[in-house]
Amino acid sequence: MNNFVILPILIPLLSAILLIFMTKNLMLMRIFSTAASAIGIVISGILVQTVFTNGIQTLSLGGWKAPYGIVLAADQFASLLVLTTAVVGLLVVLYSFRSVGEQRERSFYYSGVQFLLAGVSGAFLTGDLFNMYVFFELLLIASYMLIVLGGTKIQLRESLKYIVFNIVSSALFVIGVGYLYAVTGTLNMADLSVKISVSGQTGLMTVIGVLLLLVFGMKGGIFPLYFWLPGSYYAPPAAISALFGALLTKVGLYAIARVFTLIFIHDAAFTHQLMIWLAALTVIFGVIGSLAYADVMKIVIYNIITAVGVILFGVAVNTPASIQGAIYYLIHDMLIKGALFMLAGTLIALTGTASLHKMGGLIKRYPLLGWMFFISAISLAGIPPLSGFIGKLKIAEGGFAEGEFTISMLILLSSLLVLYSVLRIFMHAFWGEEKETPKQHPKTAKGLLYPAAIFLLLSLLFGLGTEWVSPYVDQAAETLLNPEKYIEAVLKE
Amino acid sequence: MNEQKTNDLILQTVTKLVSFIILLFSFYLFFSGHNAPGGGFVGGLITSASIVLLLLAYDLKTVRAILPVNFIYVAGAGLLLAVLTGAGSFVFGAPFLSHTFGHFHLPIFGDTELATATIFDLGVYLVVVGITMTIIQTIGEEE
Repeated sequence: MNNFVILPILIPLLSAILLIFMTKNLMLMRIFSTAASAIGIVISGILVQTVFTNGIQTLSLGGWKAPYGIVLAADQFASLLVLTTAVVGLLVVLYSFRSVGEQRERSFYYSGVQFLLAGVSGAFLTGDLFNMYVFFELLLIASYMLIVLGGTKIQLRESLKYIVFNIVSSALFVIGVGYLYAVTGTLNMADLSVKISVSGQTGLMTVIGVLLLLVFGMKGGIFPLYFWLPGSYYAPPAAISALFGALLTKVGLYAIARVFTLIFIHDAAFTHQLMIWLAALTVIFGVIGSLAYADVMKIVIYNIITAVGVILFGVAVNTPASIQGAIYYLIHDMLIKGALFMLAGTLIALTGTASLHKMGGLIKRYPLLGWMFFISAISLAGIPPLSGFIGKLKIAEGGFAEGEFTISMLILLSSLLVLYSVLRIFMHAFWGEEKETPKQHPKTAKGLLYPAAIFLLLSLLFGLGTEWVSPYVDQAAETLLNPEKYIEAVLKE
Repeated sequence: MNEQKTNDLILQTVTKLVSFIILLFSFYLFFSGHNAPGGGFVGGLITSASIVLLLLAYDLKTVRAILPVNFIYVAGAGLLLAVLTGAGSFVFGAPFLSHTFGHFHLPIFGDTELATATIFDLGVYLVVVGITMTIIQTIGEEE
């Protein structure tokens, strides 16, 4: 019993509720949501440290023991992601002050953000499959609200697609959970794992596994199921895109990582091989998308898909090195995507256009923005001292160790094209001669840059301080590789 | 909206009586939820049904005069109540959402079992009423 585990969910939830009552006072809302997010970071930081020293923390809600009640289980993997989520939450809140506009802010915007953070943290921490579904819905409903907030034409159109698609995938999730419950009679993930290793992973179980892969793949943006993502993430303001791009697809990936390292592990020749191929295709299509567009936002959005493919490959290969790599890359990607979306949003806010053809020579006017964009671009591609390097290195290392030469090479090659796609923004927008952009008047990027700067700083620290981060990641990978530890922690009491 | 005066005498007279019966039934369902079918969700829905009946028989303005509350805050208050009931267990060193009950001697009801789960249910009830009424009022106001 450790009530501390619920706090990363409870704090955003409670602050979201309190923010409902503050809509009249804009300043109060801003201060309150900043304070709540800051407290969230401190709490999640303490959680990470507690898990590091004392092992997996569990909490049986309402005092009902493991297979019967809902269990929250914070292992290091979940805790690290919760911490990253809290950081992303705070920075998005800070970025919102200048970018989303007062009209939106007064329409329960900060409440929506906090509800989304509560949903994401809950999905990371829960130890129960149906409860995970509930937290998915919490974060999805908050995201429906955020994507449509403001009610511009493009938002209305894209949110309709987004909602229809996610309702279908949620229905499939319920169906998958229903099948699983019918076959095993339990929904607690640790208990499921035990039941399946006792009875063996039959063909039926593998079918359910693939169904869940389909569901989480829809949420996470995996190859044939990512088609909703580019449009949906393009519609809302940059702050919300940053929140979505950094968090939402990662929840799907987390769910895949959790389910396919804990529950469906006995037919890896089929399920994990399938995931490897899907990962390869995701990378290919993500890269094609990011090269095809001359639109700043679209390029960044397609880079999410590429990263999803890389992380999925790391999870699917399932060796110690590749799992560690996937965790490194997951955290790196959450930070760097937040930064990139904010920088792209700032670029669009300053120039009034998203098209690369209409920009040029911005480095003279906005040198800081330019160099920040450059650093985040090479960090995204994984140039050695920066944060994307270690993750991709380990993923490739794991891939080669497993004999997946072609796809590992593909992953490495994709870095080159990712680098090209982002540097294309840098070269077109910042180099060359200055062009008349539709909007010239805001001379400075007042207040828009510092959240992205914090993101970059954290990302730099994450890359340079790998030595310091690695014990945490090692511990996280260890639990994923040895599901017995997780099961023992959840079912012991 | 509609300037023409319509004669809704029968509807309005029946509503005056029936909406109270519906309200009473919803309270009954709310309190019986622990040991019989019912509870906060269905109780809240039926309460909103009685308000919707008022809305049908009269109009938005009249109903707002009868119930001068912002239903968004009702939903918020319900959420707050539910979360705080869960968090209340922190004070007693019990896991989140632990509930307890006790037997009390009340003046009219005699020996009654009171459970903290009812407070959580009250939160659910308020959220359901708040959300339903917000949806209906918002759609009703649009032209």
